[in-house]
Amino acid sequence: MPTKIEKDDVTGRMTTGHEWDGIKELNQPLPRWWLYILWATVAWAVVYCVLYPSVPGITGYYHGLIGYFQRDAVDADVAAVAKQRAGAMDRIRTLSFAQIRSDPDLFAVAQSAGRITFAENCQPCHGAGGGGNPGYPALAAGNWLWGGKLEDIDQTVTFGIRSGLDNARVSQMPRFGADSILKPAEIQAVADYVAGLYGLPGAATNSIEGKRVFAENCAVCHGDAGQGNRDVGGARLAARVHLHGDDRAAILAQINNPRMGVMPNWNTRLDEAKIKSVVLYVHSLGGGE
Amino acid sequence: MSFLGKKKPVAVRTDSLYADRVRVYPKSVHGPVRRFKWGVLIFCLTVYYALPWIRWNRGLGRPNQAVLLDIFHERFWFFNLELWPQDIFYLTGLLIMGAIALFLVTSLFGRLWCGYSCPQTVWTDLFMWVECRIEGDRNERMKRDAGPANFDKVWRKGLKHAVWFVVAFWTGGAWIMYYVDAPTVTVEFWTGTASTQVYGFTALFTATTYLLAGWAREQVCTFMCPWPRFQAAMLDEQSFTVTYQSWRGEPRAKGKRYAGAGGDCVDCGACVTVCPTGIDIRDGSQLECINCGLCIDACNHVMERTGRPGWLITWDTLADQAAKAAGTHIPLRLLRARTVIYLSALVLAASVMIVALMLRPGLGLSVQHDRAPLFVTLADGELRDGYTVKIVNKGPAQAVFEVSTQGMYGAMLTEANESLGPAETLGLPVGGDSVGTFRIMVTGQPASLVDGSQPIDFSLRDTVTGEITVYHSIFMGPVRRRQG
Repeated sequence: MPTKIEKDDVTGRMTTGHEWDGIKELNQPLPRWWLYILWATVAWAVVYCVLYPSVPGITGYYHGLIGYFQRDAVDADVAAVAKQRAGAMDRIRTLSFAQIRSDPDLFAVAQSAGRITFAENCQPCHGAGGGGNPGYPALAAGNWLWGGKLEDIDQTVTFGIRSGLDNARVSQMPRFGADSILKPAEIQAVADYVAGLYGLPGAATNSIEGKRVFAENCAVCHGDAGQGNRDVGGARLAARVHLHGDDRAAILAQINNPRMGVMPNWNTRLDEAKIKSVVLYVHSLGGGE
Repeated sequence: MSFLGKKKPVAVRTDSLYADRVRVYPKSVHGPVRRFKWGVLIFCLTVYYALPWIRWNRGLGRPNQAVLLDIFHERFWFFNLELWPQDIFYLTGLLIMGAIALFLVTSLFGRLWCGYSCPQTVWTDLFMWVECRIEGDRNERMKRDAGPANFDKVWRKGLKHAVWFVVAFWTGGAWIMYYVDAPTVTVEFWTGTASTQVYGFTALFTATTYLLAGWAREQVCTFMCPWPRFQAAMLDEQSFTVTYQSWRGEPRAKGKRYAGAGGDCVDCGACVTVCPTGIDIRDGSQLECINCGLCIDACNHVMERTGRPGWLITWDTLADQAAKAAGTHIPLRLLRARTVIYLSALVLAASVMIVALMLRPGLGLSVQHDRAPLFVTLADGELRDGYTVKIVNKGPAQAVFEVSTQGMYGAMLTEANESLGPAETLGLPVGGDSVGTFRIMVTGQPASLVDGSQPIDFSLRDTVTGEITVYHSIFMGPVRRRQG
């Protein structure tokens, strides 16, 4: 509390009257315009609070006289961007893949749209960047079941696999074990043979019985040397990567009672331009042909 | 008591926590210091106003403005120097050099920056010159301000503010020209086609110039600027600053001086009336003093008239003043621990800057390994990793850059979007003054994957200049069980 305002002999200035243990504070007056600036900012705050949304209530808030609403501003921004994009997406829809690729700017838009579309729709199964998951093909690896050209990917994405549509990719591997088409011994032999096709350690590569069973039952879809057949979706067995696992147990399980994955048709969920964008994106992941 | 009857203008209302502003009416002065100050002012203003108009031929498709801070296109142009956003650390270096240079100059010669080249000082001086031409000198201005609002007062004040406004507008407009092409923006400005930002920033800098140089003046130095606060740390008794030689001047003899009676100071107050911050230099070095030395010119005129030797107020050190009071002399010591340290730091900073600038690469390479998937296994068992490769071409024309890898035998490169490869070396075209982004896949069978990764180097060669740069990255694969 101010006690005694007095003149300091050394400086000739007045004190503020504050004193602590004999130490006094000199009065260094603030310029008055500084004080006015403080009042100006206070006035500004009051005006701002009247004009803009400011005071919170229990169930709502004071909206302000000029009715500014941040979400409206965001909506306007989003609408502006959508309008800007509409032209490019329209061109992606109408132009061919080759035409899109020859226009670097449009291709960049398609890549961007494709990346986002992939992340929102495809990534849960196929993994980020098309890295794949057990049972869900790695799109970046180029080990295609149904073909890796842009047109092939486009058809797969548009109509799906075993989606029930007429144009869908469909294949059905017989349940060699569950339906007793092959004897257990034959299944063991052909499993050894398949393991040998891709050099699984410890596999009996020269099984004559396995080779016979494979030629009679499997080669029609999977190819004479297990190279696969994309026309019927026959998986390439002579490869180091397999959709449902690489070990012998996985081979046996697949021969006994094969798992047949389903991919939805996306033509009812994504528009044409987005499908084409995502096709271009998937093609660029490394496996494109 | 000095002639104003008070020590400092801020101490007028000693009972209040707030001080009314004491108006400063600096009297115009002539002399060598004033002439030097005009010279610095003309030089600084000429550079400021004229620099954006200097043209500089950089070839087709590049701006021909010598100094252009093109924020929109993310390029800074300084004559032959072109800086990209990633070169922004040069600005840090420049700021460090500026700070150290300021320390050095202040410890040697006091606040030369404040007194001569600070924009606040330069523009305040210019505005005061305008004021003096229109409203007359100190006495005339004081008399008119105290008098009634007659026609003479109104038209002079009106004209003064009009001229101030024009100068402020010119200043604000010139600022914009450093950021956009000067002739273009001038035409756009007057035809109403310039951007909102151009009009907005011109208005902003016009307003700040008008307010700070016309109205705030010494208040900026005394109450707003941090520099006067820490200048005390740079000054010592060897600093060569504006000094009143009290051993010569005291005791002051009011009025006409008679031989032998008192000191040389006749207490005429000339040094106070010319001071742009309104202080009395005879009180010694103080916060408000910007070390401009106009009081020296003023006092020299008086000394001439009283027949005493000039330079009663002069540039000198505190140490020398103490010695002179005792009848001796201490020569100026420019080399002191403080100044040597500042100078060494300045030389070091400047050397680092110059070397960094000289060795600045004309091309840049950045390689980012894909985060997902880390790798894919191909049907034949080989591994493939994806990378985003960015190539910076600082040259003016499109060039082909050769990318290859070292550290993994038989690695093959493909570029997905351009359908290049597979090959050991890819030739990638990048346009002039731009960054090319490529998706590069590296396929191979690494020999020594340790814990799922091994080093791989990407090297980039400019096929035109032959310049090479290398980026260290990694190649990833499955974590293999260790034998044994």
